[in-house]
Amino acid sequence: MFAFILSRILQAVPVLLVVGFISYAMFAFVGDPVTIMLGQDYTEAQRVALVHQLGLDQPFFVQYAKYMWAALHGNFGISYRMARPVGDLIAERLPATLELSLTSAVLAVLVGVPMGVYTGIRRNAVVSRIFMIFSLLGVSLPTFLIGILLILLFSVVLGWLPSFGRGDVVHFAHWSTGFLTPLGLKSLILPAITLGLFQMTLIMRLVRAEMLEVLRSDYIKFARARGLSQRAINFGHALKNTLVPVITIIGLQIGGLVAFSIVTETVFQWPGMGLLLVQSIGVADIPVMAAYLQLIAVVFVCINLIVDLLYYAVDPRLRMDRGRATGGH
Amino acid sequence: MSLLDVQDLTVEFPTRRGVLRALDGVSFSIEAGEVLGVVGESGAGKSLTGAAIIGLLEPPGRVAGGRILLDGARIDDLPADRMRAIRGKQIGAIFQDPLTTLNPLYSIGRQLVETIQTHLRLSDRDARARAVKWLEDVGIPAARERIDAYPHEFSGGMRQRVVIALALCAEPRLVIADEPTTALDVSIQAQIIALLKNLAREHGTSVMLVTHDMGVIAETADRVAVMYAGRIAEIGPVREVVKHPAHPYSEGLMGSIPSLTHRVERLRQIDGAMPRLTAIPQGCAFNPRCEKVFDRCRVERPDLMEAGRSRAACWLYAAENAHV
Repeated sequence: MFAFILSRILQAVPVLLVVGFISYAMFAFVGDPVTIMLGQDYTEAQRVALVHQLGLDQPFFVQYAKYMWAALHGNFGISYRMARPVGDLIAERLPATLELSLTSAVLAVLVGVPMGVYTGIRRNAVVSRIFMIFSLLGVSLPTFLIGILLILLFSVVLGWLPSFGRGDVVHFAHWSTGFLTPLGLKSLILPAITLGLFQMTLIMRLVRAEMLEVLRSDYIKFARARGLSQRAINFGHALKNTLVPVITIIGLQIGGLVAFSIVTETVFQWPGMGLLLVQSIGVADIPVMAAYLQLIAVVFVCINLIVDLLYYAVDPRLRMDRGRATGGH
Repeated sequence: MSLLDVQDLTVEFPTRRGVLRALDGVSFSIEAGEVLGVVGESGAGKSLTGAAIIGLLEPPGRVAGGRILLDGARIDDLPADRMRAIRGKQIGAIFQDPLTTLNPLYSIGRQLVETIQTHLRLSDRDARARAVKWLEDVGIPAARERIDAYPHEFSGGMRQRVVIALALCAEPRLVIADEPTTALDVSIQAQIIALLKNLAREHGTSVMLVTHDMGVIAETADRVAVMYAGRIAEIGPVREVVKHPAHPYSEGLMGSIPSLTHRVERLRQIDGAMPRLTAIPQGCAFNPRCEKVFDRCRVERPDLMEAGRSRAACWLYAAENAHV
């Protein structure tokens, strides 16, 4: 098990290097931070000095190598726009995005899986049909539209929930949380629903399709023939067999939640990393963008590792070493 | 009173083009401790009969007529939860393919304990002890160590032994074994059949053995029912049906078994194929393939009637009766 984790971490190294290269290259060739930083009036000498100061006069590969070397030491450079260390900027924004993504993910799983199980077991019930129509909306409506509609209904018309921001936050060392204040929690509701709705409906449809497949299998028929209760069959035997594909998708989707909360954060002016990225793109703030992509790559690598470990927990057939130890046949 | 009494059982599948009658007036009984073999071609309704008895017909299939009695009490019209209490506890089932009938994600011990505790009030410890005992009884070597192994860690034959343990662990009074050896290697088949037969005898369990292997039937069954196109063509003591088949279809089936004692150049075969459910001929369903067909067979459908020591659904024996 330890060897497996280690090999996965080693495999992640080239992934991170490549992502670093692509993100750095992409941003280095689009936009010109120098003219944006200097404003309208500047002399050629000022420009050359700034280019030299930023290291932009060096060959591309030297810049990249320097960047990666510094990144390895936890130094992601200085934001051109804010003139502050990128690491600090991201650390400030990270809690907001993580809290939002986590809430959305929990919401999506806790609502999506039971809905999927229900529609899989009672596929002809009226409630199932309503769920299916609703899920079609969730899958097909764009996020920004859902966000704006929710704001219109709950903030403008009903006035129940705030329409933007995180509300009140409580600070613990480097972490700021909105979970502990009533306004913080209220502020979280609309963005979390907006961000999680697509994932929720996707999970529901996936679980339903898998349940329909598994319920037709021989071992479910045999479980019925053994007289097991409906609950033991549906949740003990059927649901567990749907988990491997469901875990895969949920893992990828959670990565997506963290990475692509950009739209939701923009609609709700949520002070997270997505908003930071959008603002940085506007002024070609290369260090922030590159660091952001690196961070997202790390998030995906971690999630994939967790997903692989969960496979092992769920499916004994993947624990090959154990099979060999007990002698196979 | 018979342990199981199936009376005039009819199973239908509603389809877009009308209702398909897959079982049509099937009647038979199984006595306590008896092994009844059920043979026939694929699609004759053997497995369907088993599924109907344990109340697990695949929708949209449904019992459209007749009665099924267990110990004299109807079980075909029970509510779902009461039928569930009968499955496993009163009537066990063994399926064809041991590679797919065990849940791959749970250890065999867990599946056994779960089944035992569903039907018997036993503590975890006692249920586990009982599970080990059953694994030993079905011949799993080192049962105490292997009980926590997963299905994929066993071979096909071993898995079918586990399936048998699962079907018998609550000591049902009847086991429906639906082609329990079809998916196994020939060398394993005899072992599994012998195991099933011995366990049934030890525990006084009745067996309904569905198969298309006449050799298995001849060695194992007390009585045999031959099915054709959703009906019973002949039912009687196994020696009688094998040695002196009454129904022309049974005769054809027995003729297709290779003999070890004398050399046969060509095995006999029955010309034609079993009719589809959508095109069952009028009169006796077998009449287009029957060598002894006569006018009455094409018009009127025969029910089971006395034919020597067996009962056969064939007009040949009606004439015989008329003389008596």
